[in-house]
Amino acid sequence: MLEIKNLHARIAEDGTEIIRGLNLSVKAGEVAAIMGPNGSGKSTLSYILAGREDYEVTEGEILYNGESILEMDPAERAAAGIFLAFQYPMEIPGVATMQFLKVAMNEQRKARGEGELTTPDFIRVVKEAAGSLDISMEMLKRPLNVGFSGGEKKRAEILQMKLLEPKLCVLDETDSGLDIDALKIVSDGVNSLRSPDRATIVITHYQRLLDYIVPDTVHVLSKGRIVKTGDKSLAHELEANGYADIINEAA
Amino acid sequence: MNVQSKLPLTAAETALVEQFGTLVGSLPGNAEMVQLRDRAIQSIKESGLPTRRVEAWHYTDLRRLLTRLPTNNAAGDVADLESLVMGSWRQVIKNGSIDTIAAPEGVSISAMADALRADVSGVTIADHGVHDAIGLINSAFVTDGFVVKVDDGAEIAEPIEFQTLHDGGQLHVRNSVTVGEGATATFHDRQAGSDAEALGTVVTDLKLGKGAQATWVTVQETGDASDHLAQLNITLEEDARLTLFIVNLSGKLVRQEINADVLGEGADLQFRAVNLLGDSQHCDITLSLGHLVPNTTSTETVRSVVTGKAQGVFQGQIRVDQIAQKTDAQMACNTLLLSDDAGFSTKPELEIFADDVICAHGATVAEIDHKHLFYLMARGIPEKIAQGLLIKAFVAEIIEELGDERLIGVLETRLDHWLEMNG
Repeated sequence: MLEIKNLHARIAEDGTEIIRGLNLSVKAGEVAAIMGPNGSGKSTLSYILAGREDYEVTEGEILYNGESILEMDPAERAAAGIFLAFQYPMEIPGVATMQFLKVAMNEQRKARGEGELTTPDFIRVVKEAAGSLDISMEMLKRPLNVGFSGGEKKRAEILQMKLLEPKLCVLDETDSGLDIDALKIVSDGVNSLRSPDRATIVITHYQRLLDYIVPDTVHVLSKGRIVKTGDKSLAHELEANGYADIINEAA
Repeated sequence: MNVQSKLPLTAAETALVEQFGTLVGSLPGNAEMVQLRDRAIQSIKESGLPTRRVEAWHYTDLRRLLTRLPTNNAAGDVADLESLVMGSWRQVIKNGSIDTIAAPEGVSISAMADALRADVSGVTIADHGVHDAIGLINSAFVTDGFVVKVDDGAEIAEPIEFQTLHDGGQLHVRNSVTVGEGATATFHDRQAGSDAEALGTVVTDLKLGKGAQATWVTVQETGDASDHLAQLNITLEEDARLTLFIVNLSGKLVRQEINADVLGEGADLQFRAVNLLGDSQHCDITLSLGHLVPNTTSTETVRSVVTGKAQGVFQGQIRVDQIAQKTDAQMACNTLLLSDDAGFSTKPELEIFADDVICAHGATVAEIDHKHLFYLMARGIPEKIAQGLLIKAFVAEIIEELGDERLIGVLETRLDHWLEMNG
């Protein structure tokens, strides 16, 4: 589903190279974990997949279902089924959460040539999805993410993911700032979306999240490259021994 | 002594003087009024229109911007507008002549022209000095307007709507609105016109008596070739409360002056303005607010969205007299610039002579937040729609303060339309 080949990318503003020859392949149905120390390029990779213009791809290719996404803007990528759950979701005053959800769902439907949701249908699906994530309708009446706690923001991200039903989910440190109960709710939400035609990339520092969202593959990112790939036991190995051994071994 | 070399009159200034010569016999007014008109035109002839050297006109060089004068004709027929809110009492003036008067119970409304013929003493022909170009042009050429008196204690449920309409040419209207003691009323002041070349001056004196409560909403949507100069002179007596809302949606050269004096203790002024500016519009809101007695409050918030080559201006002067202790005044001016050629000049001016007051001001000029835009687009919302959502959020926050759902709906429709044309 996702094929990243020899990707090089830098910060557009100052030219700092962050991603240096990254290769990664994720199949439909797969849950891939990407782990790595601070500054290894994990968040940058997630932003590049979503199409943030602060980063410039200088070399290499990102193929999604066999087609390059590099020329697509963030909205086109989202409509094609790529979803990024942000590490720090934006607070947007003045935009009501419900209105945002409705516009996003309908614009994606429109891009796919489907009809708009009726208001009752919309409210019904939001209520269902929100309930399973312990999100109250009161919370959805507030402006988007404004005044949400850290945990609420992360749950709101998963709510959006459930409603938009993407094909490729990228979770950027979704576990950061979550207590154990919230972690469980969020993980259940992600797991409920596991399906043979959907791929998930879980970016995290810690092995803890991977006890709840069990990955099929684990990749270690260091200095902008994948330096080691393994199965879930690799995550435990990292937890026990830290990143140093593996990174030195690769170097 | 400060001797300034006199500039030669511009085409527009010359035309003003010449047109006055031809019109003076037909303009309404008693002998006293004729003298006032003479004095006004004499002042323009001697001093010319203000330039950027005059502090109050620094960002709106009227002499340069008012390039020519449309003919002072009573042009073709203008269609009435449907009122903004159903059930409003419509007062319609077309090309400077009253067309419709409809007064609810508890309100008397008459023609300014009659007042000018009878007795000018009851009508202030305000004159804020030699640089008061709007007051001077208006005083010289005023043809008509409405004299509105809301009885003491009257509670007027539905809005009183003024429609000041033109079909090109010139229009000079003067209104006097008095809200009696303890009375409550809402006014919708619509300044609209066709796309034909036009110059309009609209001067309104608004007086709130003791304990009166009023909402005044100006919706300016005059034509694309209209130079529109408006002035609102406000006085608030003890415990009077005024919510003043100005929405600028179009016009070529627009200046909205607000001169407000808070005269009575416990009085409160809430001023809000929304400017949606595009193309090569120039729009200036100049506020001069005097807190002249102790224990009065005001807030001023101006939100502008500027695109194309448009230029916006907000000058906010707050004067706090030495005796005006415990004044609380909060002013903010926030602007979103959508294009590289758009501009906004903002000048807060606090003159505080009392020592126990709370006065604050803040100004921001920014582009759309790219992080916000990315977040919305990452959810599949196309750029233009995402940008529209963010602009709407910026402006809607202010519009929603109006409280009247019907009016909020009308203004949000205007906003959507503007976004479609300019977003």
